Amino acid sequence: MSPGSGIMAAEIEILKSISYFSGLSTEELNSITKFISKKTTERGEIILLEGEPSVEVYFIVSGAVKLFKTSAEGKEQILNIVRQWESFGDVAVFDGALNPAGAQAMVPTMLYSIRRNDIEAILREHPQVSRNVIQVLVSQVRHSMSLVEDLSFKHVIDRVAKILLEYAGDGSGNRPRLTQQEMAAMVGTAREMIGRSLKSLEEEGVIRLDRHRVVITDNEALKELAGANA
Amino acid sequence: MLDMPRIEIEKCNGCGLCVGVCRCGALVLIESVISIITTYECHWCTDCELICPTGAITCPFEIVIE
Ligand code: SF4
Ligand code: SF4
Repeated sequence: MSPGSGIMAAEIEILKSISYFSGLSTEELNSITKFISKKTTERGEIILLEGEPSVEVYFIVSGAVKLFKTSAEGKEQILNIVRQWESFGDVAVFDGALNPAGAQAMVPTMLYSIRRNDIEAILREHPQVSRNVIQVLVSQVRHSMSLVEDLSFKHVIDRVAKILLEYAGDGSGNRPRLTQQEMAAMVGTAREMIGRSLKSLEEEGVIRLDRHRVVITDNEALKELAGANA
Repeated sequence: MLDMPRIEIEKCNGCGLCVGVCRCGALVLIESVISIITTYECHWCTDCELICPTGAITCPFEIVIE
């Protein structure tokens, strides 16, 4: 056994778990390991910049990465949290255009990456990878579609306003508390939309976020918003 | 008693992501089990809830009328 073979076996185990490479034989995975680069990032490190070209697809071996867009006013909208075994950066690699979103490590993160030319070679060699990539991209499209729907058609803020009114109490602890996840489920939106809605309401002076409290500061304005969607 | 994010230990898989994301050092893994330290440094950023893959940690909001 050569000294490198243990490392290689570990790499193959990791590749097996990555969605892009599921269903490949050990032999096939073995031939892919030579294309892999490794990178570790600190918490908060920017991995991809929105609007910049990208030449690599990234796979998360451990940690988590957020994908986000920044508006002209500097407001951040989280599009997705990418987790272990998932990929990002694929869109710009496959269409050769610029990154549609930025990517930032939320915790210390270990990444594998493969360059565009190498990915193309892998796709040619292994039709199973093409099928996997279709699955991966389709689920990304679905997630984006639901965000687009929320951003453009539905009045998420109005419905958040309605929920806040329904669950408002006098602070004596007699009303159930709500997580952003629960609010999202009630409103029928992605969790990513709730943080943004609460921030907008705060900027409009309708509520104040006071640590774990949402304090309604302008009940009438909130009612008006909620009524707009009654 | 200061409110802190809630933990359901049965759901925790010990991955440590919340510990990595928390800026205030409120979260610690002890023998792969998450626990939380009460601290005023926690400003309810909800990042721990956002990153937790199993829903073991949540930051519920109390909604009150001023
Ligand atoms: S809410 Fe933020 S500061 Fe508080 S424990 Fe969670 S990650 Fe840490
Ligand atoms: S992120 Fe969730 S599952 Fe992982 S250690 Fe923290 S509480 Fe447990």
